[in-house]
Amino acid sequence: MSEKIMNLPKKPQTNKFYKTLGYIVVFSLIIWAFQGLNYKGVMETASGTISGMLDGVLNPDIEYITNTTIDGLPNAVLETIAIAISGTFVSGILAIPFALLASQNIVGENVAKVGKFLITMIRTFPELILALIFISVVGPGAPAGILALGIHSIGMLGKLYSESIESMDIGVKEALESCGGNKAEVLFRAVLPQVAPEFLSYTLFRFEINMRAASTLGLVGAGGIGAPLIFAIRSRRWDRAFTIVVVLVITVTIIDFVSGKIRKKLV
Amino acid sequence: MSEASVEKIVVEKPLRIKFYFTIAFVAFLILGSAYFAGFNIFEVLGNLDQTLRLLKRLFIWPDWDYTSNIIGPLLETVQMAIVGSFLGAIVAFPVSLLAADNFIENKYVNTPVRLVLNIFRTIPALVLASLFVAVFGIGSFAGIVALFIFSFGLISKLTYESIESIDYGQVEAIVSLGGTKMEVLRYAIIPQILPQFMSYTLYAFEVNVRAAAVLGYVGAGGIGQTYERNLAFRLFDRVGMIIIVSFVAVLIIDFISSNIRKRLV
Repeated sequence: MSEKIMNLPKKPQTNKFYKTLGYIVVFSLIIWAFQGLNYKGVMETASGTISGMLDGVLNPDIEYITNTTIDGLPNAVLETIAIAISGTFVSGILAIPFALLASQNIVGENVAKVGKFLITMIRTFPELILALIFISVVGPGAPAGILALGIHSIGMLGKLYSESIESMDIGVKEALESCGGNKAEVLFRAVLPQVAPEFLSYTLFRFEINMRAASTLGLVGAGGIGAPLIFAIRSRRWDRAFTIVVVLVITVTIIDFVSGKIRKKLV
Repeated sequence: MSEASVEKIVVEKPLRIKFYFTIAFVAFLILGSAYFAGFNIFEVLGNLDQTLRLLKRLFIWPDWDYTSNIIGPLLETVQMAIVGSFLGAIVAFPVSLLAADNFIENKYVNTPVRLVLNIFRTIPALVLASLFVAVFGIGSFAGIVALFIFSFGLISKLTYESIESIDYGQVEAIVSLGGTKMEVLRYAIIPQILPQFMSYTLYAFEVNVRAAAVLGYVGAGGIGQTYERNLAFRLFDRVGMIIIVSFVAVLIIDFISSNIRKRLV
């Protein structure tokens, strides 16, 4: 009888070299990155800035919050929501052809690769740069923001849409084709009815993201709550700036909550 | 047997009032938004030639010689993203343990921690950056602090959700042998969530690279600052070059990072 009761499997040792190499690369990258850290201390005005921001929480600018004219906060919040809704709607429509182009069960493997690459390109292009491009085309204001969100969101929606098209039940499509249905009939009677709930759910999810994006577009002049925010920061009205941030957080949280409830019901 | 044995089967269509009402309400929301924001599709289409002219000025003859001036700010952007996500991950780990209701079984700890995390995630990085520029002055440090807070919120949320969905058998095994909380953490939780945690950190890094590229627009360092300066002087050939270089850099980083992430999980 052997002394060993059982033979334990040997520990895998093959990839130890690459693992160590990986750690070395990652740590040297992090050390390199920290060398770029140039802390120049806080500004002399920082304490005034921070106390001003706290003041914005403790004594919010009530007059500004209840001002219902075009210069008031409610108008800016509504404009932000309007930009997010319109931008999401535009991209929700535009993303469908892109998604079809990227689904290999619709257009075949090779075309789908091109479509997928196109969608990745759109997704990687920053929306703020798009907003700046559109500002120089349609001028500063909400329409530039809508266009920027409308184009940029195609990147994410197109990807999610095409994934749900690729995972749908292909039988319905084949049944229609075998009865002599044409491409349009296949699209409207087989593809879209199946994926509609998922599409709607993704679109709502993108709407939540676009709400956050729409609030930053104003920083570059594309409408929404970011515009009064950047004006308040530049004119050093910290109480007002922080009031805007608090209202923004509350608005986004409410919209997330409502949209999340609807999404749970949809799928 | 009665004569009327064959009855007509009538399937009543369900009343679709609710459905139509919903459609009408959504249409009202969309049209109302477009009207409120002053969005006019015809005006946009009318300006299409201007769009093309701008795109031509940006991308047909970009200033290739300007590339050498872009590399420095681009590397600074990547450094900002690395530091931001690294620090964010370090702070996120203990905080996500506090937020997970299967590790700290105390609602009065979980709920406030989650609330704070939600608030952090709601404030866009660009807004954070413009506030921090006022505190730390113009430069990359303000941007790094903004990215740190943003990635902290993101990584914490994803991680605490992973912790809550771990296989609980390992935890129970250790507890039944008399293991302490620290031993549960060391031998049951960390081994299970480490790959996901690293993957989330990489994901935050990807998001940060994209965010860092525009933070400079509010003065928070990186390539955005170069971009803003050239745009102010309307040097579109340089702006085009900056867009192209940063776009390619983001594509490469995304590609590498998402491949590593696929291997991790």
